[in-house]
Amino acid sequence: MNKMNFSRRNFLKVSASAAGGLMLGFHLPQAAEAGAHGAAVEINAWLTIDPNNIVSIVTPQTEMGQGAFTAVPMMIAEELDIPWENVRHVFADANRHVNNNNLYTTTSTGGSTTVSRRHPYMMQAGASARERLRVAAATKWGVPVEQVTAKQGVLTAGANSATYGELAADAVNVTLAEEPKIKAYKDWWLLGKEDVKRLDIPLKTSGTATYPIDVTVPGMVHAAVQSCPVPEGKLVSFDFEAIKGMPGVIAAVELKQVKDVPAFTDLRSAVAVVADEWYQAKNALAVLPIVWDLGRGASISSESQNAEALQLLAGPGTLVLNQDGNIGKNLDKGVNHDAVPGIIAASSKVVQGEVYHRPFETHATMMPPCAVADVKADRADVWTFTQDIARSLNEVADQLGRDTKSVFLHQTYLGGGFGGGYNMDVHRQATAISAEIGRPVKVIRSREEDIAQDSQRPPVWGTYKAALGDDGLPVALVTHFVGEEKMPAFSQRGVANMPYLVPNRRHEYSAVQNHIPIGYHRAPGANHNGFIVEQMVDELAQAGGWDPLEWRLKMTEGNEPWQRILLAMKEKSGWRTDMGSGEGMGCAVVESHGTIAGCVATVSVSRRGQIYIDKLDYYINSGYVISPLTAREQAESSAIWELSHTIFGGLVVRDGRIVNTNFDSYPMARMPDTPPEIQVHLENSEDQWWGGLGEPTGPPTPPAIANAVFYATGKRIRVTPLSKVAL
Amino acid sequence: MAITLNINGRDYAIDADPQMPLLWAIRDKAGLTGTKFGCGIAQCGACTVIVDGNAVRSCNVPAATAVGKAVRTIEGVSEQNDHPVQLAWQELTVPQCGYCQSGQIMSAVALLEKSADPSDNEIDSAMAGNICRCGTYPRIRAAIHRAAELSKA
Repeated sequence: MNKMNFSRRNFLKVSASAAGGLMLGFHLPQAAEAGAHGAAVEINAWLTIDPNNIVSIVTPQTEMGQGAFTAVPMMIAEELDIPWENVRHVFADANRHVNNNNLYTTTSTGGSTTVSRRHPYMMQAGASARERLRVAAATKWGVPVEQVTAKQGVLTAGANSATYGELAADAVNVTLAEEPKIKAYKDWWLLGKEDVKRLDIPLKTSGTATYPIDVTVPGMVHAAVQSCPVPEGKLVSFDFEAIKGMPGVIAAVELKQVKDVPAFTDLRSAVAVVADEWYQAKNALAVLPIVWDLGRGASISSESQNAEALQLLAGPGTLVLNQDGNIGKNLDKGVNHDAVPGIIAASSKVVQGEVYHRPFETHATMMPPCAVADVKADRADVWTFTQDIARSLNEVADQLGRDTKSVFLHQTYLGGGFGGGYNMDVHRQATAISAEIGRPVKVIRSREEDIAQDSQRPPVWGTYKAALGDDGLPVALVTHFVGEEKMPAFSQRGVANMPYLVPNRRHEYSAVQNHIPIGYHRAPGANHNGFIVEQMVDELAQAGGWDPLEWRLKMTEGNEPWQRILLAMKEKSGWRTDMGSGEGMGCAVVESHGTIAGCVATVSVSRRGQIYIDKLDYYINSGYVISPLTAREQAESSAIWELSHTIFGGLVVRDGRIVNTNFDSYPMARMPDTPPEIQVHLENSEDQWWGGLGEPTGPPTPPAIANAVFYATGKRIRVTPLSKVAL
Repeated sequence: MAITLNINGRDYAIDADPQMPLLWAIRDKAGLTGTKFGCGIAQCGACTVIVDGNAVRSCNVPAATAVGKAVRTIEGVSEQNDHPVQLAWQELTVPQCGYCQSGQIMSAVALLEKSADPSDNEIDSAMAGNICRCGTYPRIRAAIHRAAELSKA
């Protein structure tokens, strides 16, 4: 059983003195504190070295499958220059981070940024430690530091030689005159190599990786929770008398919502039933009489939102300017947006798009949201589903009205995240319940409660109108996308910043009424907008007599990152649009998280309209790749993530409630749905810009499949899921 | 009510009411947390264990139904994390978040015990009850073939 086991790290007495490098997390421990690690010596807050030359590296980001617990150690080991087999991973201490001016800069884990944005200071932490080891060796041996080499865990100068472990204690006391520069790409010896094994795999084949749901605290009880089935609704009353005699039942607790409109991670109005065992709490909650004030959402449904969206699309929307994206920035410069409708109206070659739509989707992480809280008079310990341990720690402190110094939020593995770990109040629920009943508690959301209350990916509707020139290419384009009111950016990403150089362009946006919570969701925006934009492109190419891949090449001329991908697709995919009856290839390219990802899909469609996806071929330009293994894994993962929504997804809202709340009614792609062939090509510019890799192959997947189905059948798919489309 | 469950060859005396699902008896009573909760309705396979040789979704069968039977969980697959399925999973780097993988491995072990060298169709059918939200299916499929090879060696 996984008893509460505080490592000594969690009790580290933290030095208040801020060294000059604190912003980079170069915390200089006091001698006594270094000793608190036992034999291992802390060179800086990111790493310790023991006498056997084993280096333990801290990862402040969350490991939710994307490989952070390998990527961060790799970046530090690259600079430290230590053999990979000597590297161990250790959890970060969120309390130490929060109470020391954000020691690790950030613990946030999202937007595919762990490597792309953070490699400079993580590599710096390794380089800094290496240089201090070199200075320690130079001092000990009485030689100039220039003569000391640090390579593969060994310091050498002439006849002198020592392991890092032997000189680690000396290095602790070294202050560098100047921080070293990090290595250039051409000098990497570990990053970019194919054969670097992930550090978390053995734990995950033996069942010993610890997730929040696996944590047990002595005296712990269990809670099942329910918020109003119509989101935004609030609890009026419940009748505990009706369930108090049921097996194991201990209490029912109201979780009070403080803010009228809660933000992502504010506590929402809910009721919790506490029992000895979780299934007892869940069974009692199922029959607990509860009165809800349903709120404004009760009259909203998928049908009502759809009707509202169609009405909005019939009129003009508000102008959206291009502000998003790394590569396609500032494409609007010099465009007269107001003149565009007039140019189209005067044209003799107009293409009017139909309405495309994608529905709500949910995270459904394999571990349902779960948290354990043990709130005592003088300290609170919490283990939770989070993609930002520091933010969750601060929120637990806020929930309790206590100082962050007395809150300990323990990092664990996560059973998936996909953005869901940003939009979560389960840690507040566990904290509030534990504080109320005076016992440690584990909250597990049933799958039904998870899907009903999750912060969802919003729906989108979109259409366009374009005028073509004599060469068949568009001279003017108006798009109109309808999203919802809470997160407008999710219906704009990938639209206003599309890289296709239409000289006159105007992008409009409208919002339907929506009470369903919205949150970050693996490639938010790009996933559903890409479906529309990249089919629009195929329709425009077809109307203008262009091959769709040649059209994309022509319309992105001079854009090296896109050209690199499009040319690779042309050269390597066996691209053709004339495969013959019942078979088709389709392509799509979408930029998200600073990475350009292209997909070529090959499908066959039976005479009865059954779609078979024979092959998905990906081309990815993220600038650089530090771990080709993880890059490929994430490419496969994002692809199947979005393939799942393409074939099966779609939440249904009726009377304000999400009605398909478990895997029987919200099906997922399974083994038999997996295409027989998925190929991943890494096509990097290696040109001083970095993109992320946790998400970008999702967005081009559905439009590539839909475009392939068009070439196979002549029929265009404008909505997902395909399971509900008749061909 | 006390029942005795034989899990991984060891008898556990478990105080459970008749409604207690086998999953929670394994996790919260026997303390074997490698088996996971995912959906509660036998749809996702995260809770898969092997009972008398068959892959079973433990989340919605009462613990009492396993009395007198041999229950195997991920903890009982091998002592050293070196069953051919585990070795193949490591070699092909199957797990990502890892949460579903105990269930995937148990389904794969049960499959290979019945069919030493399964075809892709047999794999599709035997593994269809296990959802992986990280989409590790291509690697699972390859790893089952690899485990079959390792078992022969």
